[in-house]
Amino acid sequence: MSSSWINLDALWKIIVFGVLLGAGLPALFAIGLRVLEPGSPATVAAESPDGTAGSAAQANLAARAFAVLCFAVILAAIGWGIYEIVNQA
Amino acid sequence: MALVVVTALGFDFTNGFHDTGNAMATSIATGALPPRVAVALSGVLNLVGAFLSTAVAATIASGLVETHLVTPTVVFAGLVGGILWNLATWYLGIPSSSSHALIGGVIGSTIAAAGGHAVQWHGVVSKVILPAVLSPVIAGGVAALGTYLVYRIARNMSDESRGKGFRFGQIGSASMVSLAHGTNDAQKTMGVITLALIANGTLHAGSKAPAWVIVCCALAISLGTYIGGWRVIRTLGKGLTEIESPQGMAAESASAAVILLSSSFGYSLSTTHVATGSILGSGIGKRSEVRWGLAGRMATAWVFTLPSAAIVGALAFKAANGIGGTAGVSVIFVVLAAAATGFYLRSRGTSVNPNNVNNEWTGAVGHGPAGLAAGTA
Repeated sequence: MSSSWINLDALWKIIVFGVLLGAGLPALFAIGLRVLEPGSPATVAAESPDGTAGSAAQANLAARAFAVLCFAVILAAIGWGIYEIVNQA
Repeated sequence: MALVVVTALGFDFTNGFHDTGNAMATSIATGALPPRVAVALSGVLNLVGAFLSTAVAATIASGLVETHLVTPTVVFAGLVGGILWNLATWYLGIPSSSSHALIGGVIGSTIAAAGGHAVQWHGVVSKVILPAVLSPVIAGGVAALGTYLVYRIARNMSDESRGKGFRFGQIGSASMVSLAHGTNDAQKTMGVITLALIANGTLHAGSKAPAWVIVCCALAISLGTYIGGWRVIRTLGKGLTEIESPQGMAAESASAAVILLSSSFGYSLSTTHVATGSILGSGIGKRSEVRWGLAGRMATAWVFTLPSAAIVGALAFKAANGIGGTAGVSVIFVVLAAAATGFYLRSRGTSVNPNNVNNEWTGAVGHGPAGLAAGTA
């Protein structure tokens, strides 16, 4: 649905993708930072039950891997953005 | 013709320093980057951005005015309108749209030269005015949501690690805005110079921007960015709302996303409007105090940008055309240079520079402590 004055099709896409990328990526970055934070719920939960060093280390590793995944998604999105700019040609 | 090119590059330069704040104001305000490093980084990224894509170059004037009615003098007069409005708003520390100033100037001089029918009003409304009204609202909404989410997610984090992590993210997101600015705004001047070259008969209609035009425009905008419009940076970074690094990151991510998405749909937005909307949104999202009075003054300036630049553009055309030929253009060029010098000299009185750009907001631009006037722009 579009009129000659306003391209509603482009408008809703800009809003949807704008929210996903413009608000979603910072949120993802915040999630990544938070799981890396010592004493965050992820690491605390793993340290408390048995107090075994093994499970804590494992949880730490999992948290780290998750954070890396978050940052990788963000970098990929940035890479895609630059690719889009270059390919407008 | 040489004067037209020089004037266009002059506009590109004002465009650069007027808009540094769009990308870097929040990073400077939160201390994520030292002021001079921030403008240098932004300058380099603008340079890179200008080379990345040259597709938009010819679209600025085509679709807005009837290109076959445009002469080099019309382009020149339009640029004069754009530059003077940019300098006036910079003096007042108002972040107004360089794109609107340029478009307004060209529309005004076209009307003066060929009449209202030479302007494609439908294109002006659908490609310039409607996006200008919608984009700050969309960017503000995205930034508000992003800020809210970021603060919710990070609410248990210690201030220290939060500050450190988000400053890093802020630098990344600000860099994206600078890059987007280079691809968008440097293009506009390339388009204008190309238009003038076509009007002059130097290039064939439908030609792409020659390599020397691309290089000159890229250098002019990045130099302007590096000089840094400290007055505008101060308004954006300190005036609208107090900014912390998580907010800054959310605001710049929203700006970058909205600018890049819109330009991929063929809307060349004002980065200024988007950045301002985002910063306001980040203030709302954190529920911190937003100075709506200042925002209102800025919005008023936005409304006046197109018509004011148009009037100046029209007057410049009438004057240059009245005197006639190269002499007319030369006279207006001298007037423009004198006006630019005047604005610069007046700005020295209430200097804003890297040393006082982050001082407490007192309600007006340029009320920093006196005696810090070294290296101003």
